[in-house]
Amino acid sequence: MTTGLLTFIVLILIAIAIWQLTKIFDLSQAKADNTQVANDKDNNINGYLMMGFLMFIYIITIVCFWKWGDLPLIGNSASEHGTSVDTLMVISMVLIFFVQTITQALLHYFAFKYRGKKGRKALYYADNDKLEFIWTIIPVITLAGLILYGLFTWNEIMDVNMDDDPIVVELYAQQFNWKARYAGEDNVLGKANVRLIDLGDNPNILGLDREDKYAQDDIIVQELHLPVGRKVVFKMRSQDVLHSAYMPHFRMQMNCVPGQTTEFAMKPTKTTAEMRETSKIVNKVSRINLIRAEKSKKLVDEGQEALEPYKFDYLLLCNKICGESHYNMQMKVIVESQEDYDKWIAEQATFGK
Amino acid sequence: MSATAAHAGDHGHDDHGHHHKETFMTKYIFSQDHKMIAKQYLITGTIMGVIGVMMSIFFRMQIAWPKESFTIFEMFLGNWAPDGVLSADKYLALVTIHGTIMVFFVLTAGLSGTFSNLLIPLQIGARDMASGLLNMISYWLFFISSVIMILSLFVEGGAASAGWTIYPPLSALPEAIPGSGLGMTLWLVSMAIFVASSLLGSLNYIVTVINLRTKGMSMTRLPLTIWAFFVTAIIGVVSFPVLLSAALLLIFDRSFGTSFYLSDIFIQGEVLHYQGGSPVLFEHLFWFLGHPEVYIVLLPALGITSEIIATNSRKPIFGYRAMVASILAIAFLSTIVWGHHMFISGMNPFLGSVFTFTTLLIAIPSAVKAFNYITTLWKGNLQLNPAMLFSIGLVSTFITGGLTGIILGDSTLDINVHDTYFVVAHFHLVMGISALYGMFAGIYHWFPKMYGRMMNKNLGYIHFWVTAVCAYGVFFPMHFIGMAGLPRRYYTNSEFPLFDDLADVNVIITLFAIVGGVFQLVFLYNFFSSIFYGKKAPQNPWRSNTLEWTTPVEHMHGNWPGEIPHVHRWAYDYSKPGHDDDFVPQTVPMKEGEEELHH
Repeated sequence: MTTGLLTFIVLILIAIAIWQLTKIFDLSQAKADNTQVANDKDNNINGYLMMGFLMFIYIITIVCFWKWGDLPLIGNSASEHGTSVDTLMVISMVLIFFVQTITQALLHYFAFKYRGKKGRKALYYADNDKLEFIWTIIPVITLAGLILYGLFTWNEIMDVNMDDDPIVVELYAQQFNWKARYAGEDNVLGKANVRLIDLGDNPNILGLDREDKYAQDDIIVQELHLPVGRKVVFKMRSQDVLHSAYMPHFRMQMNCVPGQTTEFAMKPTKTTAEMRETSKIVNKVSRINLIRAEKSKKLVDEGQEALEPYKFDYLLLCNKICGESHYNMQMKVIVESQEDYDKWIAEQATFGK
Repeated sequence: MSATAAHAGDHGHDDHGHHHKETFMTKYIFSQDHKMIAKQYLITGTIMGVIGVMMSIFFRMQIAWPKESFTIFEMFLGNWAPDGVLSADKYLALVTIHGTIMVFFVLTAGLSGTFSNLLIPLQIGARDMASGLLNMISYWLFFISSVIMILSLFVEGGAASAGWTIYPPLSALPEAIPGSGLGMTLWLVSMAIFVASSLLGSLNYIVTVINLRTKGMSMTRLPLTIWAFFVTAIIGVVSFPVLLSAALLLIFDRSFGTSFYLSDIFIQGEVLHYQGGSPVLFEHLFWFLGHPEVYIVLLPALGITSEIIATNSRKPIFGYRAMVASILAIAFLSTIVWGHHMFISGMNPFLGSVFTFTTLLIAIPSAVKAFNYITTLWKGNLQLNPAMLFSIGLVSTFITGGLTGIILGDSTLDINVHDTYFVVAHFHLVMGISALYGMFAGIYHWFPKMYGRMMNKNLGYIHFWVTAVCAYGVFFPMHFIGMAGLPRRYYTNSEFPLFDDLADVNVIITLFAIVGGVFQLVFLYNFFSSIFYGKKAPQNPWRSNTLEWTTPVEHMHGNWPGEIPHVHRWAYDYSKPGHDDDFVPQTVPMKEGEEELHH
């Protein structure tokens, strides 16, 4: 509260100060030049400021990369297709970085170099077909490459099929939580419709068809467990509004649409335990825990409980605005060995029981 | 229409005597004069802009210092922030209305409405718009829709809160979020009226450009501003009606029980009757406008920039034909790329491939434009007026923001950054900030034409430099928190320890936002005080070639006393060899043996 108000007051004071300064500046040059059109002095000052601004753009780029540029998500994918997504991302980033650096330099340098001077005449230069052809064709070739790479990857990711014996899991979204339904031993999800939802004594929270034989062995849980190295086919459903199943570490996202089932398939490649060991996550977690420790100190001083230290876990987040508590719609995702997974799933109750 | 068109024509000046007796009402309120209507658009747009920017500062404060109590919230937000703490659903209302106001009311109506109205008749040599009456109706419809949008903030349940994209079912069901009650109804009504206003305006612009050009003003001699406004109007006419139909069908679903967008919904313990509709249909209809809308916002800004960069570089715009061709290419492509907002919406992935292809194609005309701007600066004699600084700033943010479009337009990469802060960073730079810069540039440049006075340049410089630094300060780091997976539209990130290390970035972003927002006061002060106390403007302060600077400084109905000037050359004969001055107005006849270079 106080921080906000203080900042606000300081800003207003700065604004007043600058206003006064301009007044003085205006008065001092009133006699000489009051046309309000840029003169050589203005061109000079602003020309140099243009170079300063170019430096600012470079500095903010460097600072961002240095402080937040370890990009915990890039180059540390937890799914098979994620690796090719990351490669494409890195290629695109390098390209963007290159073009950005050069074009910004030219733009601001020209603004500085050719700042106006009384008596100088600009070059009358209206056209050059060759030049324009060059900077049309270069983007064409570059983009053709990117498009082709992108499309191949996209088609591979979006080809959801039942090859390689996948497990079938339904992700079920509602305001404001997630449920998962495993297809069970038959690996076929039982039929379901929200019209069958029953919240009574014998609840049927996902609206499964009690008559359907495929539904009997379905398993409904609040925490998603996945065996490592095994393909999963997700079927998404929503009972109320649009949601989006976002699992950033797996480079996976798909909207959950009421009245429709959507799909996404992927193969986890790192168990939760393995992911915790990767250097990117180790760094991130230690950074987060430093911050939490500091916050805890404050909390303890105020007589409140300290925060628990953070331990990394994969997450499923909602990433489509879905209402008041959209910001807290999450489910823990655990990737484990096939044995651990088998053990866990055996302990879960089936729908038929 | 013929009556109004007549006095816009060549021989119309005889009629003018009749128009001089204007009452306060016909001159300032129900004016049919395009220059007054332009000013009305500008002032209304500015007021909406102040509201929109204030909202963004409020929700940025909530993100930086979650759930803290601020007196300023109590003052401005009232029961949206009980005890000064912004509530979660009203956070979403702020985000929604900020987006709506900035995109439609400021950057569509405020930008296009102001400058198309001001410049089309003046730069093509017409006495007024084709229909002054329609033009006036267009403004007043815009005014009514603004009032309704603002009123919607005060109704029970609060304003619309489903995001500016108002995807159903969230926007259709009051059970889903309080803002989807009366607030959403008013939102839809306001937007329906807005679309009507926009259509009347656009049709008028198109007709005027096609029919009312003065003698000698061929299409290939049009200033790029006019090309941009003209093509923008065409995109508007093509795409805005689709938004209207999307809104109407949503009104049907909400109020009359139809199921266009809704199916199989269980909410608050009850099954609703809707059956067979699909929210994906709404997404298609919405983005069929929504994406061209980006260019409706951006093209006028690019047109303004082209004009200002050429004038202030004292050089012809480089590659006039390529600039026109890229405007046309962008306009065409903009109508077939909407699906890139929907890669992961559940639509057929094959469509994703098609839309990736068309989307990345837009990078080509955009790149041509950027390179042509840079080449225009090369070997120029740059007059770094505030308008010029904003134009150069536009090119800079257009490049920075545009480049990340290569990532978002690629369906494969979109999977992981979709709806994260990466998207927020991208579109704010490439269309928000760029278009806003275009608007500022236009205001600084044509203020003398609008009010007959000059704005203070030093305040203009301060305004530009602080805004430029803050814009990058706000949106550049946002790319990084987006790439770290932080979703947009989260009331607070504190429910996820995973994002704890991004909290300090959010504080920095908010501080830049506050400074940038507060410094807009410098602009407002400069603008309003210059209207009354600015230095009297000379006839042609920027030594420009275009026709608007041949009209008298004091406004008159019909624009030119006597004959409308004839045009003998394109708008970009700056520093042409063989002429003493470094500019040759379009009204100057060709010398013997002089060539018109760009033909």
